Amino acid sequence: MHTALDSLNAAMSAHPLLVQALAAVAKTVFMMTVVMLIGGLILSWVERKQSAIMQDRIGANRAAILGVRAWGLFHNLADAAKGILKEDFIPPDANPFLHTLAPFLAVSTAVVAFAVLPFGGTVHLWGQSVDLTIAPLPIGILFVWAMMGMGVYGVVLAGYVSNNKFSLLGCLRATAQVISYEVATGLTVLGALLFYRSLDFRDMVAWQMGHNLGQVPFLGHLPDLGAVLAHIPAWGVFLQPLGFVLFFTATIVEMTRIPFDLPEGESEIIGYNIEYSGMKFMIFMMSEFVESLLFAWVIVLVFFGGWSLPGLHLGDGVAVLFGHALPYASGVALEAAAMALKIVFFLWFQMLVRWSLPRFRYDQIMHLGWKIMLPLALANLAVTGVLGVLAR
Amino acid sequence: MDIAQKLPQWKAGREDGFDIEPLYINMGPSHPAMHGTVKMVLKLDGETVVGSEVEIGYLHRCFEKTVEMKTWNQVIPYTDRLNYVSPLINNMGYCLAVEKLLGVKVPERTDYIRVIMCELSRIGDHLTCIGAGAMELGALTAFLYFLKARESSWQLIEEVTGARLTISYGRVGGVVRDLPANFAERWAWVRSQVEQNMEEVSVLLNTNRIFLDRMKGVGVMPLDRVLSYGMTGPFARSSGFDYDVRRDEPYFAYDRVRFDVPVRTDGDNWARYQVRMEEIRQSVRIIDQALAQMPEGPVRLEDPKVTLPRKKEVYSNIEALMNHFKLLMPGHGIRPPQGEIYSAVEGGNGELGFWLVSDGGDRPWRVRVRPPCFPIMSGVEELILGEQVADIVPIFGSVNMIGGELDR
Repeated sequence: MHTALDSLNAAMSAHPLLVQALAAVAKTVFMMTVVMLIGGLILSWVERKQSAIMQDRIGANRAAILGVRAWGLFHNLADAAKGILKEDFIPPDANPFLHTLAPFLAVSTAVVAFAVLPFGGTVHLWGQSVDLTIAPLPIGILFVWAMMGMGVYGVVLAGYVSNNKFSLLGCLRATAQVISYEVATGLTVLGALLFYRSLDFRDMVAWQMGHNLGQVPFLGHLPDLGAVLAHIPAWGVFLQPLGFVLFFTATIVEMTRIPFDLPEGESEIIGYNIEYSGMKFMIFMMSEFVESLLFAWVIVLVFFGGWSLPGLHLGDGVAVLFGHALPYASGVALEAAAMALKIVFFLWFQMLVRWSLPRFRYDQIMHLGWKIMLPLALANLAVTGVLGVLAR
Repeated sequence: MDIAQKLPQWKAGREDGFDIEPLYINMGPSHPAMHGTVKMVLKLDGETVVGSEVEIGYLHRCFEKTVEMKTWNQVIPYTDRLNYVSPLINNMGYCLAVEKLLGVKVPERTDYIRVIMCELSRIGDHLTCIGAGAMELGALTAFLYFLKARESSWQLIEEVTGARLTISYGRVGGVVRDLPANFAERWAWVRSQVEQNMEEVSVLLNTNRIFLDRMKGVGVMPLDRVLSYGMTGPFARSSGFDYDVRRDEPYFAYDRVRFDVPVRTDGDNWARYQVRMEEIRQSVRIIDQALAQMPEGPVRLEDPKVTLPRKKEVYSNIEALMNHFKLLMPGHGIRPPQGEIYSAVEGGNGELGFWLVSDGGDRPWRVRVRPPCFPIMSGVEELILGEQVADIVPIFGSVNMIGGELDR
């Protein structure tokens, strides 16, 4: 056994390229499993159950395999089977190629954005440092924005090629909505980026782990409070509370979920996906869940310190939790759990919003985007910038 | 009313000479917001409604003609189907009209039972209307809270009448049977459910900025238009028309209970929401008082020409047997004197009137129903003119169209 491990170690050390290649494959497989499992299967179950709890219902619980119901988890499998077996209807007047392309465009752009999201820091394997990111891009957040902007093409295309007036209205709404909020979304997060001075998610997390509120200009010099603040990590949400609220709102707009689900608006215009059936329809649903995971992830990275856990420090082979030494592996596990918990919290919070609020109207959403969110985001950026210059 | 009056800033063409072709779109009869079956042909400029045509009649089932071939008592089950959200009010309204035509007066306890059951229905009607309106705005949670409250009231109705929708509880000259013995405690449970869910929904919606923005100033119907259309009920009261049949022309025992008639003057969706919410509270108040005041006594008139004799009497005495046959045999039955009568009750949506014409026979010569939502529906084209497509849904929801009574 030892000899096998030793020879593996030897082989790996001798071929650094092999280590990198295997790591790349493993990272991709891991990320896609997480995205597909959570976005494709688990989130729809969570949404069902959470809405049921909020609405005093039981929720879907009848699908069973050999009498095992597993709290309704199998409903997602039943849904998938139904989606695949249903007739795939393409309207006679629609362009079949574009009609088919739309749902895949919607989901693939959302999935591709996960390539730049780190799920951990850097690990050392056989002398090689491996970033726990599929594609460690220095302009990570720009890539996510680009993909977010691309994602709406799926919706627009779906509404446009269906040759249905209701879906056309949905497509127009989607276009207007996304164009109006793209600007605000970018500006809201710029304030935080002024602190991090990087577009790379890993640098953002590293900055948040490496600083505390006591080191922040102005805040740290407050008498009495400065010492207390030194114990609070400098997460983006503490530095940019307004930026966080605006960004969170903007992500819901980008996801087109209630209260911003105008392109769907199922009680008014039924939605851009009115002419879709079967699996293509479900792919639109899935892309919504994938986006919901994507934005929860981005929020955690930018505003909630990523995988950082206050009080936990991971050094070179040692982990320290509030002054107590821990095995390195449990430190890593704690970080992973912190990251997962933060993401789960935001997924839950998104659903809480989804099931509590009514829907905006088209002109109200424009008003909110251009006249409220954009000036607020600009003001936030300006104030942050001026304070930053003054502190220098 | 045309678009130039309602939306002066809107222009049919553009100043640069490019004419915009409006988008015509068929909303309904199969559409999630078209409560049952009604069709709207919309003329849109972008998302603005610049013209519309509302088509009704998809649920027409010949109620008025059919009941001309039924005896006076056989009409009762048909009235259940008029307003399928508050069937008891229709039931009682018809019975009241026939009783007036016959010139009989029901026992006092029956009056109170009718008040209680009508108000129970009204609670269910308003809960459905507000809940469905909230659901169409995307607030599904509020809808399900209200359906839970309605479910409790419908359970109580089922315990009393034996059915949830097809209740047929009223009879000419009374009601089928007395309230169950535990009615008061069951009502206490229903009241707690309704009050709790009202509280929850108020918290969810009343201060919700999105909900307020969607409701306030949307779908305004001024008082003069309300009067010219002949609208009544919560819809008219929210525009400032202070009229409630229960208070202004009391029937049953409404003159013996105290209640307020909520009136708002804004005439928009928000006023209609507020009026309906307040009416639920008033209905709760009415039921409490009616239960406290209700005397003991028979629940049916003991008049051999109107109500069936007791079964025990039928089997033991010739007079009762003959009365029984006289009421049930074709060509006999209840025979109101020749004449006509208009009798109205306050339905869930407003004045629900029955105009009955009798030729002295055992069948009605004519039964005309004045459905409360018909005048309101005729104002829908005007209501949605100049509004956004998204506003059609809450406006139409606040109209509370019930296909059963509208199309009959």
